[in-house]
Amino acid sequence: MALQLSNKQVGWVKVAIFVLALVPFARLVWGTASGSFTDPLAAITNSSGEWALYFLCITLAVTPLRRFTGWNWLVKLRRMVGLFTFFYALVHFIAFLWFDHFFDVAAMLRDVVKRPFILVGFIAFLLLVPLAATSTNAMIKRLGGKRWQWLHRLIYAIGPLAILHFWWMKAGKNDFAQPILFGAIVATLLALRVFWHVRRKPQPARA
Amino acid sequence: MLFKRHPNGIDLPYPSEITPQEIYTGRREFITRMAATAAVGSGVWEMANREAFAQTAGQKLAARANVALSTDEKQTPFKDAAGYNNFYEFGLDKGDPADNAHTLRTRPWTVRIEGEVRKPLTLDIDSLLKLAPLEERIYRLRCVEGWSMVIPWVGYSLSNLLKQVEPTGNAKFVEFTTLADSKQMPGLRSGVLDWPYVEGLRIDEAMHPLTLLTMGMYGQVLPNQNGAPVRLIVPWKYGFKSAKSIVRIRLVSRQPRTAWNDSAPREYGFYSNVNPNVDHPRWSQASERRIGETGLFQPKKKTLMFNGYDQVASLYTGMDLKRYF
Repeated sequence: MALQLSNKQVGWVKVAIFVLALVPFARLVWGTASGSFTDPLAAITNSSGEWALYFLCITLAVTPLRRFTGWNWLVKLRRMVGLFTFFYALVHFIAFLWFDHFFDVAAMLRDVVKRPFILVGFIAFLLLVPLAATSTNAMIKRLGGKRWQWLHRLIYAIGPLAILHFWWMKAGKNDFAQPILFGAIVATLLALRVFWHVRRKPQPARA
Repeated sequence: MLFKRHPNGIDLPYPSEITPQEIYTGRREFITRMAATAAVGSGVWEMANREAFAQTAGQKLAARANVALSTDEKQTPFKDAAGYNNFYEFGLDKGDPADNAHTLRTRPWTVRIEGEVRKPLTLDIDSLLKLAPLEERIYRLRCVEGWSMVIPWVGYSLSNLLKQVEPTGNAKFVEFTTLADSKQMPGLRSGVLDWPYVEGLRIDEAMHPLTLLTMGMYGQVLPNQNGAPVRLIVPWKYGFKSAKSIVRIRLVSRQPRTAWNDSAPREYGFYSNVNPNVDHPRWSQASERRIGETGLFQPKKKTLMFNGYDQVASLYTGMDLKRYF
């Protein structure tokens, strides 16, 4: 049985998710301000990166979840979780520019091109920018639904890039448990789309 | 307990010998629980006590300050030095060792010194503590990950021990092996490194007076998570070179395999001298975050060549330190 929510109920769900999604950020602010992080720069960098990845997975899970459950209202949450992906990626990027380079953009760019693992993360972040910028209703109208949809398929590239960034980061310590887990989640979510896409096409007649 | 005569001739404890109150009260609690163990004698109490023992293991360890080899930089708070550790035998997160290392049994403990030596030795921890006068040395510690601390260690130059075993002419390197006991070390289940943890130094590095065989820090016995009961401190190298909870020291003729170099040879070299000019493949080593000091609003501290221990530079004369990173 599909669980259907009224617009008002969806509104409350949105508020709840918005508040919950800010909890990790609030923890970072509080932990830094109160001095409870031993290494605040590392805590902010690591935690923001992790949450960007979690929200990326949640964003990619919205459509499959909607299809499996028939809860069509889930699509109304997609923009918000997508924007939280961008938000945590932005915090992660600012942490890098701030803590690693103290806002020296030239030094940051040298670092980016020098290190493949950072380059990949940086590209993933850059690709998120147009998606965040075109997330408003006005932009959807301006671009037209079809073109907007094509643009937003960039997320299918961003997912694997983010996983590669995470994988390389953990590779130095041979610590692959999490990269494997999140790699599998993203791969499954993307494979579902390929599966649905292939199945939707009319099957060619067998010779 | 060691009491040494003060230079002024009066038997007074050094300031670092005065037991902090939390340890003093912790000890009381421990004694109370010991009494309860005797009275109740139940297994649960014993387990509780084992934990209590780990927490109160910070018995004081008297040492003479070696000012000449100490930095006067601000010391890292004890809670950070004892709470933010890389000791993968007890877990991968920085807080894991402090949470898990209570299972490490630091007594009885023996260290075997063998290999290319005329007089191989097996020493228990008490003999090690008495082998040479204990010194307190305040060293900078630079982690390969880009953070640093300033820690008052207690120990003596490793050369004191190595001289006892009389290295032969073939002894070119020294290999240090950390305990690997899955019963005491839950982290061994992970395949992050090929256990046991092995580290190594060239013999001249091992004999350098700065190289410290370390039994304590902050005037106390080493907390388990910091590599109790005996570890190495090589202050001009990245922290991972300083093996913890050592059970074997072997003098060898060839460069030994070392755990991190085995695991990621491109990232962690055998030498791993602190060097701001040689980047880690994934990050720059030009600067560092001083734990407890570097905040959000000032740039990081510049990392110094050999972590500021210029007196070791002569060990590497003529060597290409980019190649032998």
